[in-house]
Amino acid sequence: MADETRDVQVQETQKQEVAAGDAERTRDRVAFVPRADIYETDDAIFVVADMPGVDENSVDITLENNVLSINGYVEPVRPENYSLAYAEYRVGDYQRRFTISDQIDQDGIEASVKDGVLRLYLPKSVPAARKIAVRAG
Amino acid sequence: MLLRPFDSFWSPWREMERLRREMNRLFAATTPARLGGGVALAYPAMNVWANEDGAIITAELPGVNPEDIDVSVVDDTLTLKGGREPDELQEGATYHRRERNYGKFTRVFRLPFQVEADEVKATFEKGVLQISLPRAESDKPKKIAVKTG
Repeated sequence: MADETRDVQVQETQKQEVAAGDAERTRDRVAFVPRADIYETDDAIFVVADMPGVDENSVDITLENNVLSINGYVEPVRPENYSLAYAEYRVGDYQRRFTISDQIDQDGIEASVKDGVLRLYLPKSVPAARKIAVRAG
Repeated sequence: MLLRPFDSFWSPWREMERLRREMNRLFAATTPARLGGGVALAYPAMNVWANEDGAIITAELPGVNPEDIDVSVVDDTLTLKGGREPDELQEGATYHRRERNYGKFTRVFRLPFQVEADEVKATFEKGVLQISLPRAESDKPKKIAVKTG
């Protein structure tokens, strides 16, 4: 089999499975930890997560007691009359939690999913610390 | 039933899987241990669904613009190219986590049959690419009628 990969930063392409925690899953399906980027500006926090197979109707996001929970549910693609002959990746749900230290304006949260990528905008409710000008006495 | 119907068709896949395992084992034995213990796999990872008329390949490409995906097929070889760019950050933004990968990829995948290149179809939904690769008519096994003398 001819395989080549160039110019791509492949670290671990394999998906990381959610470790069995205190709460067991009710769905009989494996769950993965979505890879995420998190960045912050003065007035908001942005979360970007790779969740292929998820669309806007199959993702649940909750923010409770500063814990942001992301759950994505995936209906596996099963082409009719075909059998899986060779597999390099597994399909499953996504599940991840983050602790957010800033106060978030719950009503201002925006979420969107496009091409299997979840984007969250979490505006901070407390205005960013103002710089206090020090005058020369 | 004495014989499984598609035994002859399945064998190339089994052989590929056996080879892949063997290669992984070899690499694992000769390269330093990596985090996670495996070898770096080709990107993107692919799943192959097959029947006697062809194959369907799926790959997870979250965040890749479908217009940037290039699928081409010559004979029995599928070439998949694409890439994605990192988000453009506003000024003053700082990263807390950066786990998602960016960049270009090329993957070449050989199938155990000749593909009817004109009939190849690809769809991209929810970040999952699905390529349907029908087997060329000329490549399909012909049933030979045995005549009695």
